[in-house]
Amino acid sequence: MTATVTLSHLDRLEAESIHILRDVAAAFDNPVLLYSVGKDSSVLLHLLMKAFAPGVPPIPLLHVDTRWKFREMIAFRDRRVAETGTELRVHINPDGIARDIGPISYGPSVHTDVMKTQGLKQALDKWKFDAAIGGARRDEEKSRAKERVFSFRNDRHRWDPKNQRPELWNLYNARIHQGESVRVFPLSNWTELDIWLYIYREKIPVVPLYLAAERPVVERDGSLIMVDDERLPLQPGEVPQLRKVRFRTLGCYPLTGAIESEADTLEKIIAEMLVSTSSERQGRLIDHDQSASMEKKKLEGYF
Amino acid sequence: MGRGIGSRELGIGTAKAEAEAGDQVVFEERVLATPDSQLPIPGSIAAYLKTHETKPLLRFITCGSVDDGKSTLIGRLLYESKRLFDDQLSALEADSRRHGTQGERIDYALLLDGLAAEREQGITIDVAYRYFDTDRRKYIVADCPGHEQYTRNMATGASTADVAVVLVDARKGLLTQTHRHSYIISLLGIGQVVLAVNKMDLVDYDQSVFERIVADYKALAAQLGIANVQAIPLSALEGQNLSTRSSAMPWYAGPGLLEHLDTVELGTHDAASGLRLPVQWVNRPNQDFRGFAGTIAAGEVRVGDEVVVLPSARRSTVKQVLGPDGPLSVAATGQAVTLTLADEVDVSRGDVIAAAGDPPEVADQFAAHVLWMDDAALLPGRPYWLQIGSRTVAASISEIKHRIDVNTQERLAAKRLELNEVGYCNLSLDEPVAFAPYAQNRVLGGFILIDRQTNATVAAGTLDFALRRAGNVHWQHLDVDKAARARIKGQQPKVLWFTGLSGAGKSTVANQVEKRLHAQGVHTFLLDGDNVRHGLNRDLGFTDEDRVENIRRVAEVARLMADAGLVVLVSFISPFRAERQMARERFDAGEFIEVFVDVPLAVAEARDVKGLYRKARAGQIPNFTGIDSPYEAPENPELHLRADTDSVPAMVEQVLQALR
Repeated sequence: MTATVTLSHLDRLEAESIHILRDVAAAFDNPVLLYSVGKDSSVLLHLLMKAFAPGVPPIPLLHVDTRWKFREMIAFRDRRVAETGTELRVHINPDGIARDIGPISYGPSVHTDVMKTQGLKQALDKWKFDAAIGGARRDEEKSRAKERVFSFRNDRHRWDPKNQRPELWNLYNARIHQGESVRVFPLSNWTELDIWLYIYREKIPVVPLYLAAERPVVERDGSLIMVDDERLPLQPGEVPQLRKVRFRTLGCYPLTGAIESEADTLEKIIAEMLVSTSSERQGRLIDHDQSASMEKKKLEGYF
Repeated sequence: MGRGIGSRELGIGTAKAEAEAGDQVVFEERVLATPDSQLPIPGSIAAYLKTHETKPLLRFITCGSVDDGKSTLIGRLLYESKRLFDDQLSALEADSRRHGTQGERIDYALLLDGLAAEREQGITIDVAYRYFDTDRRKYIVADCPGHEQYTRNMATGASTADVAVVLVDARKGLLTQTHRHSYIISLLGIGQVVLAVNKMDLVDYDQSVFERIVADYKALAAQLGIANVQAIPLSALEGQNLSTRSSAMPWYAGPGLLEHLDTVELGTHDAASGLRLPVQWVNRPNQDFRGFAGTIAAGEVRVGDEVVVLPSARRSTVKQVLGPDGPLSVAATGQAVTLTLADEVDVSRGDVIAAAGDPPEVADQFAAHVLWMDDAALLPGRPYWLQIGSRTVAASISEIKHRIDVNTQERLAAKRLELNEVGYCNLSLDEPVAFAPYAQNRVLGGFILIDRQTNATVAAGTLDFALRRAGNVHWQHLDVDKAARARIKGQQPKVLWFTGLSGAGKSTVANQVEKRLHAQGVHTFLLDGDNVRHGLNRDLGFTDEDRVENIRRVAEVARLMADAGLVVLVSFISPFRAERQMARERFDAGEFIEVFVDVPLAVAEARDVKGLYRKARAGQIPNFTGIDSPYEAPENPELHLRADTDSVPAMVEQVLQALR
């Protein structure tokens, strides 16, 4: 092999992800890309545009909204969809609306289960999607580290981690029966650092919440919770304070803790990350209950 | 992960201090120095990005037998390379107390065993991928399970690896799994092996123990054709010879594991060749653009290059090369590109665009190694889906030349391959494909087989060479064709395929139907299971693999008869869906009529016209369908006859109705 072209590490990750996205488009009848508005989704959307250029991606976006996303996230989502010309479908679990389920009234576990896990399964069933692309990475969490790129789900959306299909080379088995589906993870081999370096290199727009700014927060159990709107009931004596904070990960707002930070540019975020001593999922309050909680949620159909 | 710059300052000294601190690992010692001293100024991020980006990537696996310490080794490596965050460490401490197997100490294996079942049982079931980097390289490490039953997961991890770290317990030496994993390493072409002789602390760091194991392994490697073996004595638990050279083994002068991984030469797996681009997706956003997208499997492509599309062999020239960021003048192996061609040539997913002056071979018959990964055995003759590059075709194993005992490399005769067995086979594809021997190119030589009923990935294989070039065996063109032969008889060729349990009444109904058709002047032929087994299939028994071959032959005979213009009646138990599907696919649409002669087993057994059930129950006939061999009922037969309630004349009438 002559060395006229040298591919960097990010080039290789990019090529692998594009390969996976193209395989999905070719091998499935009705694929969808789970767009959760976060940094990983931003990278996925960027790769999706590249994979099918100069055409428009043949894969629509799906946002499973929980009604508790930060307002800035929804504004950002709508702007990006308009800019890229992609098709967006939004689903909110109607049972959740009827019962007015939220993270405060019902607690984080019920909220996550009803609005995210059940909502996602409803949306996949409603539009009969046979492949759902997600932005999960193997470096995020231990049960994710075990998952295939093409991850088979039975007709009840369940993952069987003890009996995964072998997956050799870059040969992905896309064959399923009616009602079954595959979750596809094109960013499996990316690390959090790779994501930020790629965002920086490619100048990919991200939700401004990732950058440090003065924001109203209250401190609860050691986490900084942003007061995004009047729906967050303040406890006696709690007064929102303006602190310079940012988010490493974005979920539903009362469930996602902010960190104090001076990093108001991408360069500073990367610099801060290089010396960080905690993982990104620390900001996710829902993962803390027990080590196997992510696996449990995944078994039930969570991404 | 995520502390590329920080780790440099921290260096390896602290890790050593911890290892020597003994049982109680003191976490405070590894808290980073003041962030300001290490925080790169924003301007240098661009420079950092450059170094980080251009770092070579090395993918490796750890494998070996259960309890050889694979997960512990990686856990310790991550720990020593400072790629663990504080919250991960506190979770690890808590887990070690709850599930750990190391008493008061940290159980590093718990960092890897991420599934609840694995933590409960203390074993590794599936591959875990972890990511870390040093100043010199980025690493993806796949921790592979050691149990034989999870060999397929080990193969999954090994298929993308550059280096294999084979762990051996110093107290036990080479075990069955050491042989098995080393065999798979050589099968999948991993050229670099590290023999990690672990748990040296438990043999008092005895040099002679190490030397003996090294000698044993060198003999095995030579047998398997593994050229590069670096042997390292270490203790994963004690951190000896991982990121630092061991002080406990002054007799060993070689590198520690991490030092070796940082410096081992990264050759390319594949031989140099002209362009090979398996087409994944045809991009047609509008009338004016028709692009062929895929990842380059070998070679380079430039605008103006002459190319050939395989297997159709149509030629054209490259008009545009589009990379992820738009037009390129040249693109090379590993890049995801989209090509446009100067001419309107027909190109679809699965085709290979190749250099016109140096194209790959095209063939449909191969010699190949097959690793069987399914609980149901591989049966020669049964069709499976074969995926190679971006192509999917129907394929079957036409012959198992021999099975390979992975412990001794001995060649054994085999009629089938069971779970985790490796065979050297003749492989027959329904259509020709462009390929390269696996040793020359992994993309064009590696394949998987998929079961057509369950959709499970049942095998992985590597192509060795083509048994004959597809181009050399032509179909002889015949002027008198099937339609002409049928026309002269004034009828439409049909195949009535009667399936059902022994004693269901298949032959009785088929016989009556033929009599009625004959009376109407229809040219027919009845192929009866019992009769054919006296002649054409005299050499076949009743094992699963013989049943598959039995049906393959009769399906081929029925096809010849349909080609002759006949109405063919086939009366065979034909118990397996896969083979009835195979038979169906040999005929034109509408030609094949599957007639399910359905009767409950109890009824057939009560009738027992030939006395066979009685003998089978008495154990005198092994592999009897319905008793100790399965019958897979049709899911969507064209005709479903209820032989327990309907009379024979009524059923005959239904069949004749279906023919009209």
